[in-house]
Amino acid sequence: MLSAILVIMLILSCLAGCINDTWEGISASAINSCTESVRLGIVLAGTMALWSGLMRVAESSGLTRKLSAVLSPIIRLLFGRLDSCSRKAVSLNLTANLLGLGNAATPTGIAAVKALEKSLRPKRNTALLTVLNTASIQLIPVTIAALRAENGSASPFEIMPAVLVTSLASAAVGCITAAVLFAGGDKNACN
Amino acid sequence: MHVTDMIVPLLIMLILLYGIINRVDVTEEFTAGAKEGLNTSLGLIPMLVLLMTAVGMFTSSGAAEMLTSLFAPLTKGLGFPKECLDLAIIRPVSGSGALAAVSRLFTRIHPDSFAGRTASVLMASTETTFYTIAVYSAAQRKKPDSRIFIAAAAADLTGFILSPLAVRLFIPQ
Repeated sequence: MLSAILVIMLILSCLAGCINDTWEGISASAINSCTESVRLGIVLAGTMALWSGLMRVAESSGLTRKLSAVLSPIIRLLFGRLDSCSRKAVSLNLTANLLGLGNAATPTGIAAVKALEKSLRPKRNTALLTVLNTASIQLIPVTIAALRAENGSASPFEIMPAVLVTSLASAAVGCITAAVLFAGGDKNACN
Repeated sequence: MHVTDMIVPLLIMLILLYGIINRVDVTEEFTAGAKEGLNTSLGLIPMLVLLMTAVGMFTSSGAAEMLTSLFAPLTKGLGFPKECLDLAIIRPVSGSGALAAVSRLFTRIHPDSFAGRTASVLMASTETTFYTIAVYSAAQRKKPDSRIFIAAAAADLTGFILSPLAVRLFIPQ
């Protein structure tokens, strides 16, 4: 899907080049973007290294486990009754998301959906977990703060309250939609 | 002074302090984790090269501008800054693509402008929806239930619409 979008973008770029006669600019950015992307990778590398280091310390000191324990009432509210193994998997995944682990949260999500497959309502619960993940509820938006700081923001973290409220609201809308769509049970006429 | 400026330094201090209290070899564990983080972000670069080239060509050709003017009536009605439209389009599909789009955006507009803040909130409060659904259904070895797409799209749309509103509400312009 990504490859298709890329090709469409390039076709549109060349079409726009013909219409707007912007070939000079296109060719300059085609050559310069590669340098810029390596620079971007390095900007992110520092922040990601710091964050992953901190998270590793939080994990081995038991801090992550404590945070997941705090989440368990919310998990009970959303997912209903779960066996302890799937509850643990789900709470670890939500904790990883809360801490802004991004890519590193994916393995915990995979473990959680596998565990949920054996729950009472596998499809509904998988949908809920997916929505909670894609709504990206995170306490500390590390990556974007690094990008903001790099580009001269006076207060890279000023967006935190807005981010939290927006992602909580979109998670709520997603969960309600999923709950309504799956209210009739796990059977689906389309599949 | 912003309260938000205190959170990160305090958090760093508390995490390390909690580690020391619980007799964790903080230096050892931190560097092991940091190494993983470095590897992840360096592994991201090849993908970024491809995506940033495409995003760079797309914006400098004027195609992005033509696209945003096409959607102008819609974005204007929602109070959505038109500069963020290409970000909103690529965000659900590709995380690296969205990174490329934001970083490109910040070279043109300041991160502390209204559009810059909206882009930041949008980036942080949404995820690569399609990728996530694909990975999770692959883990369960079945086709994703179509209702998951509807629920996730509803959540994403809420995020897009709320981002500029939340910026206006929480950050004094």
